[in-house]
Amino acid sequence: MGLKEVLTRIPVGFITVLKTVTRKPVTIQYPEEQKPMSARFRGRHHLKRYEDGLERCIGCALCAAACPADAIYVEAAENTNEERYSPGERYAKTYEINMLRCIFCGYCEDACPTNAIVLEPIEFPTGYTRESLIYTKSMLLESPPINVPATPQRTPPGKYDRAILPFPPIDESQ
Amino acid sequence: MPVLLEVTLKSVVLVFVLLTGFAYLSLVERKVLARMQARIGPNRAGPMGLLQPVADGLKLIFKESITPAQVDKPMYFLAPVLVVVPALILFAVIPVGKGPTFQLASDINVGALYVVGVMGVAVYGITLAGWASNNKYAALGGLRASAQVISYELGMGLSIVAVVLMASSASLAEIVEAQMPGNILGWFVFRQPVAAAIFAVTAMAELARAPFDLVEAEQELTAGFMTEYSGMKFALFFMGEYVKMIAVSALFVTFFLGGWSGPFVDQVPILSVGYFALKVVACLLLMIWARATLPRMRYDRLMGFGWKVLTPVAIANVIVTALLIVLGVPGYR
Repeated sequence: MGLKEVLTRIPVGFITVLKTVTRKPVTIQYPEEQKPMSARFRGRHHLKRYEDGLERCIGCALCAAACPADAIYVEAAENTNEERYSPGERYAKTYEINMLRCIFCGYCEDACPTNAIVLEPIEFPTGYTRESLIYTKSMLLESPPINVPATPQRTPPGKYDRAILPFPPIDESQ
Repeated sequence: MPVLLEVTLKSVVLVFVLLTGFAYLSLVERKVLARMQARIGPNRAGPMGLLQPVADGLKLIFKESITPAQVDKPMYFLAPVLVVVPALILFAVIPVGKGPTFQLASDINVGALYVVGVMGVAVYGITLAGWASNNKYAALGGLRASAQVISYELGMGLSIVAVVLMASSASLAEIVEAQMPGNILGWFVFRQPVAAAIFAVTAMAELARAPFDLVEAEQELTAGFMTEYSGMKFALFFMGEYVKMIAVSALFVTFFLGGWSGPFVDQVPILSVGYFALKVVACLLLMIWARATLPRMRYDRLMGFGWKVLTPVAIANVIVTALLIVLGVPGYR
């Protein structure tokens, strides 16, 4: 670098730095402030419900079979008309996801025959202990729509004899 | 006995001010640097991050202090002390305000020589740390420190010689007095611009700060001479670096920016300390600005710059200054 460059270019650098001070920082105050995420971002899992409040999950454990990280544990039990959790024969009595094992690949979402499990771009799993990061069914299950009873429901015999209800699929843009 | 008491009291106040200054300088540097890089900077500990230095200090105290097995123990423990002590005792000769009240020993007639000597000692701490750590990165860092100092000490010494010639005294108090013919143009930064520029560059090199932070170049040498230091031993190096930053800024202010001079110091002597502090802070901000702007210099270029540019220019400056003084040119007495 010659003398001319020293005298011309270095001051330019100094002024550029000084100009930056007046600029708004490009970083944000996470977690108070967060940048918008893609609607298709695979965040934490949610277990969805039908419009009548019944759970979509039928306890088939295909998600657990598809999971490459072996993070999902499902235990199924029989539905009865007195205590109905989901349409069809069975429901998930236990549904646990180990968030420390999960790699957020979304294969569970693809494997699910009822669109029950969905990875949404909100709420990241955080915690201080390993135990607190095993999410149980009650933490994963979304609350029922307004004015709709939660599960278990008492239902008339013969109404829910199929495992998949003919409701429209979940609008994923929400 | 009263003299001893007075000196002790002054020393305690000075050390307290310097250590607080060091703590908050580290915060100011992080904050200002962040803004210069369009970031937010630390703001979590306390309001606006004001307790950050406390948090850092506590963290470093509770860190495990590891002494690697292969180190040369006496030297390894001596090195951090050798970095901090010279940085602190540099202040002994600097007049921080008007009159003897604000001076520790600044009326000694070899103040400038003392400054050069003490600054030279400070580098031994770094070299020693590199050597005693018995680690390749540390050794390279220490080697660089000594090479850097040999290249730069000469230019710095010669720039101080020019100042001493101008003031016809090596006492720092008299150097400050010599810069006060009543207006700002009396400052040596205007009467000795070349010496001021050389001192500024060599001071940054002396401090081993960006763009001359070769001794701890993270990308090449992990942490350089500090690689094997942890906990409070690391904190001492950190403290030494920042206290030295303050001391060197204070020296620049004393030599070139008229020391404690400013309007109304004759009526209100305490103002002089304020002016001094203000000028020191300005110098510190300038140093942070330079760090945010300039990339690190290459090792060989740094030495070449020291030997082939700064030293000859400094010698020429001394000769020209001496000639001007002998010829009695106005402004050069």
